[in-house]
Amino acid sequence: MPDFSVITQNLPYLLWGRALEGQPGGLLLTLIMSLEAGVLALVVGVLLALAAWLSGGWTRRILFAWADFIRGIPLIFVIFWLYFLLPSLFGVNLPDTITVVLAIAWFTSAAVMYSTLAGLEALPKGQVEAGLSAGFSRTKVLVNILLPQALPNVLPSLVGVFISLIKDTSLAFIVNVPELTTVAGQVNNRTQIYPTEIFLFTGAVYFLLCGALSLTVHLAGGRRARPA
Amino acid sequence: MTASATPLIELQNVHKWHGDLHVLRGIDLTVSRGEALAIIGPSGSGKSTLIRLVNRLEAISEGEIIIDGVPTARFAGRELRELRSEIGFVFQQFNLYGHLTALDNVSLALRKVRGVPRAKAEARARDLLDRVGLADKAGHFPSQLSGGQQQRVAIARALATDPKIVLFDEPTSALDPEMIGEVLAVIRELPKAGITILVVTHEMAFAREVADRVAFIDGGTILELETPEKFFSAPSHPRTRRFLQQVLSPLSAAEAS
Repeated sequence: MPDFSVITQNLPYLLWGRALEGQPGGLLLTLIMSLEAGVLALVVGVLLALAAWLSGGWTRRILFAWADFIRGIPLIFVIFWLYFLLPSLFGVNLPDTITVVLAIAWFTSAAVMYSTLAGLEALPKGQVEAGLSAGFSRTKVLVNILLPQALPNVLPSLVGVFISLIKDTSLAFIVNVPELTTVAGQVNNRTQIYPTEIFLFTGAVYFLLCGALSLTVHLAGGRRARPA
Repeated sequence: MTASATPLIELQNVHKWHGDLHVLRGIDLTVSRGEALAIIGPSGSGKSTLIRLVNRLEAISEGEIIIDGVPTARFAGRELRELRSEIGFVFQQFNLYGHLTALDNVSLALRKVRGVPRAKAEARARDLLDRVGLADKAGHFPSQLSGGQQQRVAIARALATDPKIVLFDEPTSALDPEMIGEVLAVIRELPKAGITILVVTHEMAFAREVADRVAFIDGGTILELETPEKFFSAPSHPRTRRFLQQVLSPLSAAEAS
């Protein structure tokens, strides 16, 4: 029989690590990292999509090459690179948590760029022509007419991207950042005989987290929806 | 026709190529202030391209377009945007901004291009919606309006910046037949208010009743440019005669060929 008392005994550590000593960990750190990386990836990804939409020729090709490059390598390598390269190449010594957040944001921004750009380009060409013939510049067409229509349309795909992002924070365990997966591993190493209980619990927490995000957006979207 | 010393629009030897395709082959055309010009012709004749060149939704390959005495063919950037904001354009597919209400569709350019304060822009938009008979639909989104209502909002939107010229690209071609009348009724009021209109259309009755002159385009050339009376009663070019027969009595034209 599984014995979940190992969870209740270690619950504070799994949920917020050593937050009381000023070092947030566990679920709390997972949430903080997800939020930071998510906001960063959204802003950077949307800006990249706008730049790609506005530009042609080489600028656009470079943006796509950049996004394809980052999409084509496993996230774990991006984390390793930033973790080892930033200090050795540039002498920068960022906190480990920040390094991982940057890696995840960088990685995810490519997916945000692709989704957003697809949403912009799926809008009828007539929307652009209507804006241009009213005297809008291309940038103003983009900001006032296209983006407000594209973002709600790509919301489901962005939610998918952010669900991946939440799960991707678990890769921080390879550089020992004490988020949920790392602290679960620590508890498992310490107690030795309850891996089933610990990792069932950890999996359930990720599931609830992603499910809650999905449900929130679904409900918020339902309220805002206009008759189509 | 209100004749004036200087023409409002003057096209001089205008050419348009799409790659190897020679869409417009040296168009010369003069439109007076307050004139209503109907442009008709078979599909692919270049008639839509012609009006899309006037507000430069398409680039001019060769030639000049003089508007109100100013050559505009080389306009770019701010100059071009200012020119466009002084010319209304109404599309076949309406192209209302899908995320905005009728009121916001009409007031958006006033606010964001002309910098008019919101309250003033919305007051103007309400006036215009009232003028096209849609005062009660100000808060509706395009998806909640019929095709005819959407096109009337689009006309109000085209009028928002008080243009001297409004271009219509087949404004009734995407409408159900019972809605065509309400849109044409709005369009016919514009020349009475001194607005010059160029209307690409398949509505022969409209061309006959509203237009001061009718231009017939085929193969990228203006073959005929006449008052409606002469145009419909005694067309001079054989291709005009054939086209008129095809659109006015399509079945007999098909049987004859």
